[in-house]
Amino acid sequence: MADNITTPPKTVDSLLDTEKTFKDRIAYFGRFLWRDRSGVIGLVVFLIVVFAAVFAPVLTDQSPLDQDLRSSKMPPAWEEEGDWAHPFGTDSLGKDIFSRVLYGARVSLLVGLLGVLIAGTLGMIIGAIAGYAGGRLDAAIMGGVNLILSLPYLLFVVFIAAVLGRSLLNVILIFGITDAPIFARVTRGEVLRIRESGYVESAVSAGARWPRILFSHILPNLLGPLITLATFEMSRMIFYEAGLGFLGLSVPPNEYPTWGNMLAAGRKYMTSYPWMASFPGLAIMFTSLGMNLLGDWLRDVLDPRLRRSRK
Amino acid sequence: MHRYFLSKLAQSLLLMFGVLFLVFMMVRVTGDPASLMMPREASPEQLEEFREKMGFNDPLMVQFGRFISGAIKGDFGDSLHFKTPSMPMVIDRLPATVQLATAALLMSMILGIPIGLIGGFTPGSVVDNIGRFIALMGQSVPNFWLGLMMILYFGVELGWFPTFGRDQWNSVVMPAFVLGLPVLGQIVRLTRSAVLEIRGEDFIRTAHSKGLEPKTIYTKHVLRNVAIPLVSVIGVQFGYMLGGSIYIEAIFSWPGMGGLLEQSIGWRDFPLIQAIAVFTSVIVLALNIVTDMAYSIIDPRIRYGR
Repeated sequence: MADNITTPPKTVDSLLDTEKTFKDRIAYFGRFLWRDRSGVIGLVVFLIVVFAAVFAPVLTDQSPLDQDLRSSKMPPAWEEEGDWAHPFGTDSLGKDIFSRVLYGARVSLLVGLLGVLIAGTLGMIIGAIAGYAGGRLDAAIMGGVNLILSLPYLLFVVFIAAVLGRSLLNVILIFGITDAPIFARVTRGEVLRIRESGYVESAVSAGARWPRILFSHILPNLLGPLITLATFEMSRMIFYEAGLGFLGLSVPPNEYPTWGNMLAAGRKYMTSYPWMASFPGLAIMFTSLGMNLLGDWLRDVLDPRLRRSRK
Repeated sequence: MHRYFLSKLAQSLLLMFGVLFLVFMMVRVTGDPASLMMPREASPEQLEEFREKMGFNDPLMVQFGRFISGAIKGDFGDSLHFKTPSMPMVIDRLPATVQLATAALLMSMILGIPIGLIGGFTPGSVVDNIGRFIALMGQSVPNFWLGLMMILYFGVELGWFPTFGRDQWNSVVMPAFVLGLPVLGQIVRLTRSAVLEIRGEDFIRTAHSKGLEPKTIYTKHVLRNVAIPLVSVIGVQFGYMLGGSIYIEAIFSWPGMGGLLEQSIGWRDFPLIQAIAVFTSVIVLALNIVTDMAYSIIDPRIRYGR
């Protein structure tokens, strides 16, 4: 990293000054991407999943919902009785598993993206209020947040989902609301750190008004940690959505294929027709592996304090 | 120190009340509790009779009072499926879940701490890379799927372990491994980064420069400091496993609380679901307090820092 900097950086701010323009920043990003291959793998995996979700109708001509009892329980194409018309085989009702895995990515990504968007927005607002207001309001909000975070999360999600009933909207709302406290905690910590920092103080003493401080000092500094957190949380939501689906608490299987409800359906046939549960499970693992690698990498790159210590 | 724990205790009691309130409101306010609990094909007369029997026609405040006073006595109503009080049934299932979680925790500590320590002392070594791989896998492999795959391979194909139940001595091996894998990953990760961080501290350098033996430094200075974050993570993770064993117990037909929860969701047996949710929350909150205590005994900074 030191090769493009003539004088050794003394502070994080002075380091950031050396890559001020947008183009420089992109180039900087690119170099990091190249240096850290696990980050690249994570990004590629994530893009593959997005690609599969968006172009599912192009990638397969099989419908994910059509039943065909004559060709039910077919093994994957590379096994003896397989057929390339159904690359991953078919399930107990003759639905094409490959196409269901592809379409299932849509639900996973939708739950992950919208869930994180709702949780992030809510959490950022709550956390920013707590961090900026300080005092009793802060203590009250954070007390509540920490206590909620100390509850057994999975149990609560399961309970709420069992009460509300199975639908895509419910799942997204459940994750969006129950995950907000984590975002609130991180936002509040960052807001406190930024508020105490020298540059905000100097901006205030130079006469900057609060919108300017908020938008040009606090928000840009918040983005890094929040994007990292969002990546991890998205991977966690995809995981939990599958978990709810596995318990029969997410989207019903006849409405739309999800990796979770495929697993639940395949579980019964586990010993005789293992591919019905293997492929959706592999899809979850693939996605979550990619997102965790991406998150690890983003954490290193977007946090200037860590960035400085990397070689 | 007493004040610190008293305030922790008060907070937990408050939260418990919040949990009860949430559980109560979720079932009552989001819709008609009678149609939630009765089979879908129940007739309007049956529904009305059920409402009358369960007291759903009373004012909400009266219902809430009854719910809270019942909850304090541990009474969450009769299970709809078994027609017997639900709480004793949940408590019956506790030992199996505790056994499973303890086995999983022991496994992840026995494997995780040494791997993490070696990784932290020799970054980039083979053991370190294995440890980082385990950590990544623990984060990414869905445990419900891993459980199915292990049953298929180690249970059915190789026949090494029983695939369900709790009757044999080695029944616990597979469920404990699957339940403990994410925790194992976390322990490896945490131990490794704690060792790395502490090795760079000034007091370690001082210890080296005043001529202490490396062995003494590692055991007395490094290990003691690594123990601090580990204790808190282990406490939290034990709670997580008690609440999160639902998939593993369901897959391996383990006769614990998680398995009961999975079944009661299928039966729409809400009194039973409520009892499990509340009981597990109580245990997890109690564990949090115990962890906090252990934490502040090991690390006096916590006590005086506030």
